[in-house]
Amino acid sequence: MTPSYDVVLVGGGGAGLRAAIAIAETNPRLTIAVVSKVYPMRSHTVSAEGGAAGVIAPDDSIDEHIYDTISGGDWLCDQDAVEAFVHEAPQELMRLEHWGCPWSREPDGRVAVRPFGGMKKMRTWFAADKTGFHMLHTLFQTSLKYGGVTRYDEWFVTRLLVDDGRVQGVVAIDLKSGRVEAITAKAVILCTGGCGKVFPFTTNAAIKTGDGMTLAYRAGAPLKDMEFVQYHPTGLPFTGILITEAARAEGGYLINKDGYRYLQDYNLGTPQPHPVFRSMELGPRDRLSQAFVKEMEKGRTIETPYGHVVHLDLRHLGEKKINAKIPFVRELCTKYQNLDPVRDLIPVRPVVHYMMGGIHTDIHGATPLPGLFAAGEAACVSINGANRLGSNSLPELLVFGARAGRAAAEYASQAREVDPRVIAQKTDEHRRLEQELFGRKGRERIATLRDEMQKTMEASAGIYRAAPALRQGVAELQRLQERYADIAIEDHSRTFNTERVSALELSFLLDVAQSMLAAALAREESRGAHQRTDFPKRDDQRFLAHSLVSRNADGSCRVEHRPVTITRWPPGERVYGEAAPHGTAHQAADRPLSSGAGV
Amino acid sequence: MEQTHTYGDTPYHPRWLRRRVSTYWWLWKPAYLRFILREGSCMFVGWFTVYLLLLLAALLEGPLAYELFLAWSATPAVLIVNVVTLGFVVFHAITFFQAAPQAMVVRLGRARVAPQTVLLGHYAGWVVVSAVVAFFLLGA
Amino acid sequence: MAQRIRLQIARYRPEQESEATFDEYEVPYTKEMAVLDGLNFVKDRLDGTLAYRWSCRMGICGSCGMTVNGEPKLTCATFLGDYAPGPLRVEPLRNFPVIRDLIVDIGDFMRKLVRVKPWIVRSAEKPIAGGEYLQTPEQLEEYKPFSMCINCMLCYSACPIYGLDPKFIGPAAIALAQRYNLDNRDEGSADRMEVLSEHEGIWGCTFVGECTKVCPKHVDPAGAIQRYKLTAAIDSMKAFFAPRGA
Repeated sequence: MTPSYDVVLVGGGGAGLRAAIAIAETNPRLTIAVVSKVYPMRSHTVSAEGGAAGVIAPDDSIDEHIYDTISGGDWLCDQDAVEAFVHEAPQELMRLEHWGCPWSREPDGRVAVRPFGGMKKMRTWFAADKTGFHMLHTLFQTSLKYGGVTRYDEWFVTRLLVDDGRVQGVVAIDLKSGRVEAITAKAVILCTGGCGKVFPFTTNAAIKTGDGMTLAYRAGAPLKDMEFVQYHPTGLPFTGILITEAARAEGGYLINKDGYRYLQDYNLGTPQPHPVFRSMELGPRDRLSQAFVKEMEKGRTIETPYGHVVHLDLRHLGEKKINAKIPFVRELCTKYQNLDPVRDLIPVRPVVHYMMGGIHTDIHGATPLPGLFAAGEAACVSINGANRLGSNSLPELLVFGARAGRAAAEYASQAREVDPRVIAQKTDEHRRLEQELFGRKGRERIATLRDEMQKTMEASAGIYRAAPALRQGVAELQRLQERYADIAIEDHSRTFNTERVSALELSFLLDVAQSMLAAALAREESRGAHQRTDFPKRDDQRFLAHSLVSRNADGSCRVEHRPVTITRWPPGERVYGEAAPHGTAHQAADRPLSSGAGV
Repeated sequence: MEQTHTYGDTPYHPRWLRRRVSTYWWLWKPAYLRFILREGSCMFVGWFTVYLLLLLAALLEGPLAYELFLAWSATPAVLIVNVVTLGFVVFHAITFFQAAPQAMVVRLGRARVAPQTVLLGHYAGWVVVSAVVAFFLLGA
Repeated sequence: MAQRIRLQIARYRPEQESEATFDEYEVPYTKEMAVLDGLNFVKDRLDGTLAYRWSCRMGICGSCGMTVNGEPKLTCATFLGDYAPGPLRVEPLRNFPVIRDLIVDIGDFMRKLVRVKPWIVRSAEKPIAGGEYLQTPEQLEEYKPFSMCINCMLCYSACPIYGLDPKFIGPAAIALAQRYNLDNRDEGSADRMEVLSEHEGIWGCTFVGECTKVCPKHVDPAGAIQRYKLTAAIDSMKAFFAPRGA
């Protein structure tokens, strides 16, 4: 008997769990399934460190957060979406407070906020520097009290069931038993996160393989703005572990091999002893990562076995402040890099961190495919435009997770029953999986193909791009797709076959990678995180538009563009440093903000 | 209220490997051995109580019974048992005190009293009680 | 420049064998490499059939707990070099049924977690527009350490009581119950006490203390349980001397 639900959620991270709770609260009679390839508390939301932006401080305003987000996104954000996001973010964060999230506090017991990169005011809520961890566990533990939610822990979704143009469920493998099953539903929400694993050097967890993006893409939903990849400026070499922006917001310096705060050379302001909003180390991530490349070209970075690095200097903050505000940074440095930021410089380099792009949705999380919704990093609404501001992605999970949940609940309440014929597709999928993964004895190792794909992506779609390298990348990915057909799988077991999972993930990654290169090649301008050396200027005439990549029947990509929604903020210059409207972060930051005890 | 549940969840699956805990698991780690010794120490604490009751009974019966009890106590077997018992009782007391700071969170005003201080407080209490007992025994 | 170390990895393939065996591999390592990197080297280059869980590689997702040379460890946070010259034994976490190779079934914990109601319980909810529940940094600090649990299961693996009596609710679940009890926003401690004062609840613990020692996040479950016992004892004393209604 095929299990059937009103709504199936794929992914049990922040967005998925928030959506599940939203559905349960909208209509407690609806049945919900949360299907995830890992236990929900292992989801990658857990790794987010710095914080979640929501206007709460008396000197802050909704309009300022909207403006910071839109200018930070280089005017590629849909402004109606940003407005909805900024309005709802504080309520969502407050709801999480009511559910028990251990937000850091002011001495009087109110929620504390901290400054963050690209933000003009202090509006980043934080739970020390494990904000994502605490948000995810709060959501997960809270979700346990709701009836009507069935969890499918460690089930891997391989395809969407689509019939008559309507998405009506998924086919998934139960990893423990290896059984392939159809799970039908009137609506499906994809909350599977990003796809950082298309790159060799990323902060993303091993599970971030773009599953949901490819599931949607193969089912006929377009992917939006896939060329925009965020490099976080401060990752540890070798592991790619993220050193949160909060380290800079609390006063850390970025210095080159001469001990010089090099950001001053790149239109990011003049160095002050204390952090200044939207200036120097608190500039936006794209600009900081680009400055690193320029600095490397000048030969002023430090060479290590794991590539060039610069140094993040936290020593002047002192042990007490480091322990109170950014204890996880210290823990990560000592445990994984064998150094202590109280005494040592931290080697850092830009590292792939976040996908601005994703499954194309409207502001309710609905995709163009009836019955299919998406939220979180897997989706592109778009509030992040060409560059996401730090601390906007956590509230995005909540706001758009909840919106997608409510929209799917409403859709499912009115939708027709699932067509039983759709279940027949499970048999096709089962046969495909048997042939693709068990039937043949190939010669190509999964790890080899993955490594080559990652190298290809870094070479062609890194921080700076140009047409020749992009074309070469497209050709190489095509070759890798062909080689994928000859993949070798040694593991023939049904029980927890992780090699089979890796093969399926690689196939998802390859499709996502192709969509990224296609979109990057088509965008002949430089905007935010997409920098073309052959088209170094922003071109609002041609490209104040989202890229939509669709998949042709033969697997090739088709790129179209559609205009950005502008409401009240016409495109302007992105200005950081002195010229930008700002205040001093440190005046506020040195207030007994969380007073050390509460973090 | 009905709560979230997991599909196909089973506490027992025929194919999963269930490893039996070895009878000698307590020899795996010094910490486990210490734990077993502490658990075993309750036998000796018990013996001490019985011994004390016997002493009281002898005292109540009269001087002769008390003399006999003392003589019996001086036999090598009883001496050895009591020396070992003393060791275990001290061990029990120390490990019990070590646990105290974890179980008790003491506050003075807003500040939490440091665990070491709580531990020291326990030892101080022990010394005071011992001193009082010693005063009555030796002073009288 | 890379040195090499031998890994003895526990294998269990339920479709082929009824007992666990060991396979040996040799991997190169550098000083930054963790045990998990060694396993990834084996899987990517030597033997694709090796099965284990991992994800974040930064000690926060809780997936990669295994028994390394007899001790429960997060393999992403355990350097290979610390075990040189080897050989190094990697086994699944103890006290759990093994599904395959290094993968254990943690369904038992997931069921117990729900039983202790790890969420805020309140008789009356405040509307969102009413703002936050006030909580001073001191009040936050009261429960914060217990909220750091990443559910990695190292404590269950180290606990001999859980090994001998799988009905014992166990360190992490009790610590998480205590996390909510000590939160000034919560009113559910009486509900939780019903579950935790059962024989397999707090009284099952005989204070071995290993859970606290192996916890990679310094949660101190043993302390949580001892505090709980004290609270429970005081509660029952109160009930004895001042019965209901008095």
